[in-house]
Amino acid sequence: MGLTAKERMAIERNRMGEQPPDLRNRNFEEVPYGYTPEEAVNEAKRCLNCKKRTCVSGCPVEVPIPEFIALIAEEKFVEAARVIKTKNVLPAVCGRVCPQETQCEGQCIRGKKDNTQAVAIGNLERFVADYERENNLIELSEVPKKNGFKVAVIGSGPSGLTVAGDLIKLGYEVTIYEAFHRGGGVLVYGIPEFRLPKRIVESEIKALENLGVTIHYNSVIGRLYKIDELFKGLGFDAVYIGVGAGLPIFLDIPGMNLNGVFSANEYLTRSNLMKSYLFPKYQTPMIIGKKVAVLGGGNVAMDSARTAIRLGAEKTTIVYRRSMEQMPARAAEVHHAKEEKIEFRLLSNPVEIYGNKDGWVTGMKCQNYQLGEPDESGRQRPVPVEDSFFEFDCDQVLVSIGGQANPLITKTTPDIKINKWGYIVTDDWGRTSRQFVYSGGDIVTGAATVISAMGAGRRAAKAIHEDLMKESNETTGDNGK
Amino acid sequence: MFEIVEKSEVFNVHKIVVKAPGIARAVRAGQFVIIMGAEYSERIPVTVSDWDAAAGTIVLYVLEVGISTLELARMKVGDSLFAVTGPLGVPSEIKNYGTVVLGGGCYGIGGIYPIAKACKEAGNKVISIIEARYKDMFYNEKALMEVSDKLLYATSDGSKGTKGKVEDVVYEMLEQGQKIDQAFFMGCTQMLERCSEATRSNSIPTKVALNSIMLDGTGMCGACRVSVGGQIKFACVDGPEFDGHEVDWNELHSRKAAYAEQETGVYQSYSHECMAEKKFKQELERG
Ligand SMILES: Cc1cc2nc3c(=O)[nH]c(=O)nc-3n(C[C@H](O)[C@H](O)[C@H](O)COP(=O)(O)OP(=O)(O)OC[C@H]3O[C@@H](n4cnc5c(N)ncnc54)[C@H](O)[C@@H]3O)c2cc1C
Ligand SMILES: Cc1cc2nc3c(=O)[nH]c(=O)nc-3n(C[C@H](O)[C@H](O)[C@H](O)COP(=O)(O)OP(=O)(O)OC[C@H]3O[C@@H](n4cnc5c(N)ncnc54)[C@H](O)[C@@H]3O)c2cc1C
Ligand code: SF4
Ligand code: FES
Repeated sequence: MGLTAKERMAIERNRMGEQPPDLRNRNFEEVPYGYTPEEAVNEAKRCLNCKKRTCVSGCPVEVPIPEFIALIAEEKFVEAARVIKTKNVLPAVCGRVCPQETQCEGQCIRGKKDNTQAVAIGNLERFVADYERENNLIELSEVPKKNGFKVAVIGSGPSGLTVAGDLIKLGYEVTIYEAFHRGGGVLVYGIPEFRLPKRIVESEIKALENLGVTIHYNSVIGRLYKIDELFKGLGFDAVYIGVGAGLPIFLDIPGMNLNGVFSANEYLTRSNLMKSYLFPKYQTPMIIGKKVAVLGGGNVAMDSARTAIRLGAEKTTIVYRRSMEQMPARAAEVHHAKEEKIEFRLLSNPVEIYGNKDGWVTGMKCQNYQLGEPDESGRQRPVPVEDSFFEFDCDQVLVSIGGQANPLITKTTPDIKINKWGYIVTDDWGRTSRQFVYSGGDIVTGAATVISAMGAGRRAAKAIHEDLMKESNETTGDNGK
Repeated sequence: MFEIVEKSEVFNVHKIVVKAPGIARAVRAGQFVIIMGAEYSERIPVTVSDWDAAAGTIVLYVLEVGISTLELARMKVGDSLFAVTGPLGVPSEIKNYGTVVLGGGCYGIGGIYPIAKACKEAGNKVISIIEARYKDMFYNEKALMEVSDKLLYATSDGSKGTKGKVEDVVYEMLEQGQKIDQAFFMGCTQMLERCSEATRSNSIPTKVALNSIMLDGTGMCGACRVSVGGQIKFACVDGPEFDGHEVDWNELHSRKAAYAEQETGVYQSYSHECMAEKKFKQELERG
């Protein structure tokens, strides 16, 4: 299109409209409204279509970014969505939850001088995916002829859904086993409605079912079936393990089992998956704190704090050992949290949680921290300041300091190699130590991101296809002729 | 899926037989399921008290105590549960201990049956003890009798067996010099605590099936955490059975009451009064 680079440079980044903070902190509706088509086209015109596509190298799955943006500038929204989908099957999700500022947008030329001026790649990705879905323009892939192989996928998080989608399109019979009564993994039980509306995840799952993927809910593998039984009894040819890293960590300090202390997993699962924000219409109860302390500084902590405020907390405070700059949460979430009047008590950590005689939280004793020498990751290590304690008033504590590997499957399948933290060991393509068993996502990497879990799923699907085709050629003896 | 194929009631305890072929094939004594009556229901844990792998059914005994159990109690044959997940938890450790005592109260009367059966098959001498307020409130006795060498009763009003509770029968047995090599208890938390006290002085190895509040049942949330021997354990994946002499009972009692306010809000006032008893009184009044 006829714009010069200079004209493109002159356009300011388009901000998405969003619910004002003092309205949204009382509801669970999504915060940003999304771009209008005009805003999207205007934003797309800011892209310089660089020769050296640094944005693409910043993307873990290498979405052809300048290509899809160019299509938006030409108002070819559906075509743009399809270009993204060649690499990323869940753009409506990723546009909302990827940490763009450290990935594509972090590498964008236009953000080099001023990082708030990078092309809004995430917003554009979200826009085209929503446009395609809301206008019912999603292309139905043709269901290919079945190739006779059966694959079981354990877990319906982003990595499991990616494997299932890739393999069904290659002609496999695919069955997903999901422990919960609903699919989507962290996308439905962890990430709140106001950040990722559940109907988006539902429509992705519906699309997979339309392609012929079978989903068995309420199926905890390791208990209902062991991996061996999936092969022998149920006749699967390959198994993918995408069970996430959902084991909560509690602090080793007095008071951890008081009423009012929750793991973020429990708190968010009650609110999101079980919809206790609609209690008593939905019957899972929730304890509403007045003064809520959230321990941690990641996305999980931000989601917990923002949920607490919406459920009616008078004051919600993030209590974090490190400083603001070191918070691993997405920049947009920290920004939203601040706007919603969530307070930050940085460089501090509890050493004890106080309770009353009935076993309820009444406050915390905290210690001040300071930043010391950098650790292996290059982040300055937080070190406690000796004899520097303070009292913190709260009646609820949400612990969001990370997760661990859930040993349910690996314990019942000892021949799958795990590392010292319990995560499954795989090669670059998701192959585990056991033949025809593959794994990826958080159960391999530890808590990471949606897009990395999807990337791992995609690689594993390739490996499964390659290995089973090789096997089939060897057994039929035609060596691929 | 999860169709109710049979249903009956004995004083507020509802026997629900559910079609769940996968679970019926995999379940072992001591395991439980998490069920949801409807899409909007809470996820609640219930012990699998019997099963028929060939028919693909499992047997649950649900004691009506609050809104979820009330709605389950109202479901009819032919209705389907929204979700049944399991089998969950570590199965009971079954071996030849010698003499095994099993104590059950409320839903535990049904829940100890598969453990008794497995212990019997493993060659143990099995003594089962069940408690209720009044003699007509017992259920599943015949089946339990078949897998027990002895079945003893305790009733609050003395209308059958010992006047008192399970632990009173245990004290009697110990006084009479009865050797007990292993004890299992299942029922409400107060009962589990009292029974553990009864076996403590003689250091009888004691397993109690804890019933802390649960959510996912797969170790993902920590709602069910209990302190056993000074360590945090997740009842859904490390249990539900634990050493009764090591459990921090006070903590468990207070954690179990965490949602009392909300629960009573949706149901009615249910504090420490036993619902079975309440219902029994109502029936008496009605004549
Ligand atoms: C609150 C929260 C907020 C987050 N925010 C972001 C964000 O903004 N951006 C981002 O990129 N990432 C975010 N993440 C991280 C991201 O969600 C995860 O990295 C990602 O979901 C991992 O995907 P997965 O497929 O490996 O596993 P999961 O999403 O964890 O899914 C695993 C699934 O397996 C099921 N399962 C577990 N065990 C079994 C079993 N034995 N049998 C059958 N099924 C089983 C589980 O029920 C679950 O559905 C967030 C995480 C949380 C908890
Ligand atoms: C491993 C295990 C096995 C069990 N087996 C049986 C059984 O075979 N039959 C039976 O009738 N009951 C059983 N229970 C107890 C049963 O789960 C509770 O009675 C039920 O959840 C009450 O729900 P409600 O809404 O009807 O009552 P509410 O009014 O919600 O609660 C009444 C009581 O039940 C407890 N409770 C509430 N919600 C939960 C929950 N999500 N998980 C656990 N306890 C809760 C509360 O502490 C409270 O004391 C078992 C519990 C556990 C943990
Ligand atoms: S780096 Fe930025 S400006 Fe350059 S092509 Fe990528 S999105 Fe466009
Ligand atoms: S019920 Fe969630 S960890 Fe046990």
